[in-house]
Amino acid sequence: MSSNDERQTPQSDLAFSVEHQLMSSDDVSRALKRMAHEIVERNQSVDMISIIGLQTGGVAFATRMGELLEEISGRLVPIGLLDVSFYRDDLSRNPMPKSATTTIDHDLTDRTVVLVDDVLFTGRTIRAALNALSDWGRPRSVQLAVLVDRGHRELPIRPDYVGKNLPTSLDEAIVAKLDGVWISKRVGS
Amino acid sequence: MTTSIRGDNLLSLDRVSKEAIVEILDTAESFVEVNRRSIKKVPALKGRVVASLFYEESTRTRLSFETAAKRLSADVLSLAVASSSVKKGESLRDTISTIDALGIDAVVLRHQSSGAALQVSRYVPHVRVINAGDGLHQHPTQGLLDAFTVRQILSERAGTSGLESGAELFRGLRVLIVGDVRHSRVARSDIAAYVTLGCDVRVAAPGTLLPVDIENWPVSVVEDFDEALEWADVVGLLRLQRERGSGSFVPSLGEFTQTFGLTSERAARLRPTTIIMHPGPMNRGVEIDSKVADLPCAVIERQVANGVPIRMAVLYLTVAGSKEEVVL
Repeated sequence: MSSNDERQTPQSDLAFSVEHQLMSSDDVSRALKRMAHEIVERNQSVDMISIIGLQTGGVAFATRMGELLEEISGRLVPIGLLDVSFYRDDLSRNPMPKSATTTIDHDLTDRTVVLVDDVLFTGRTIRAALNALSDWGRPRSVQLAVLVDRGHRELPIRPDYVGKNLPTSLDEAIVAKLDGVWISKRVGS
Repeated sequence: MTTSIRGDNLLSLDRVSKEAIVEILDTAESFVEVNRRSIKKVPALKGRVVASLFYEESTRTRLSFETAAKRLSADVLSLAVASSSVKKGESLRDTISTIDALGIDAVVLRHQSSGAALQVSRYVPHVRVINAGDGLHQHPTQGLLDAFTVRQILSERAGTSGLESGAELFRGLRVLIVGDVRHSRVARSDIAAYVTLGCDVRVAAPGTLLPVDIENWPVSVVEDFDEALEWADVVGLLRLQRERGSGSFVPSLGEFTQTFGLTSERAARLRPTTIIMHPGPMNRGVEIDSKVADLPCAVIERQVANGVPIRMAVLYLTVAGSKEEVVL
């Protein structure tokens, strides 16, 4: 289960039954490719783009997105990883995430930052990420790419690039990986 | 056994599990990165209040705890005991109640009496208590930062990261603790940390500076200090605690240096990879020769530098964490 989903479903120690797969690895790969093209199209060039993956669920997608942008444009796009644990506003309300390391090796001032995550849910992770980013400089703009948007936003945040919109209910959990997306429902309650 | 210090006090390393120690070291690894940034501050403890209460003098521990709290965005109440009502005879209990009345989330306590931190944790059960050294008993964050420093150096040498190595590099690691074990809370915390992590720990000291119950400790006492130096992967020196009367436990400082000091001649017996540690402040020329303290394998400044991320990790886990939560 991705770290994102663990936060979103604090009762994740209860049994979840894996019900069904919603996207295959081919679906995921096609969605990422389309999103990469949209990123290039919208920004015209990749020269000023920095890809920032959110720890830990967004890491694999950020890495893949970087490769795709390089394939499309022939230029290397810098990738960074951001851990937002210390910026969350729900530290005392939810299980404390295991902290991971932030690695951003360049100044983000005046760059176009594309945040990449696996699942967009309440928007609180993104809020924390926006706060964290400001410690690395002042990006010209920040865009958001997520593989799955499952709804239930609690903050005024919307994604710029979406792999798939998945209307979900609150007792469902989403697992998104490079090799597929699964949905499960909590059982026994 | 404590399996995680989340939402708990940190009074001693004696009953803290290997998993809990590794969790602290791993969290500190994230804070090392924070300390390298140009903006060395995260909002994790924003709005929380940490009181620092030092009944004994201290430079590095106090400064690094307060730096750690500030880098986590906590507000720090710092009580200068020497100029406080303590001088008018206020008891520890009353001082704690007074500070508590101001609304605090954690207290960092250094006190000359063993068990003071435990006592305070009973006075204010809703406040997280972090022991910054109590008498001869414990100095948990020093034990943690020493283990962290060793893991950092060994993982660098092995070309891996501290996070990946977990507790692996400690297995069978040969640690020699030298000097005033009897009066040293650092020795007690270091030994607890190293033994829990899987090290083979031995101590070397004149008989008078060994604790009376040494046979109950999970360590062996070395017969020949010089041979043990060749055996050791890590040599942890201890300060001769003259303020606790150590001076009267040895015939003379000169004789202590002759028999158990790390002199230049003795340091020559060490393997080049052996790590030399000292918790500071050093008595140069007593337990450690001035030249030895400046050797490349002496990592004393690194220990000080690691004090900040370790104390950030301890404050973060104890103050922001909660006990009931699921460990993910």
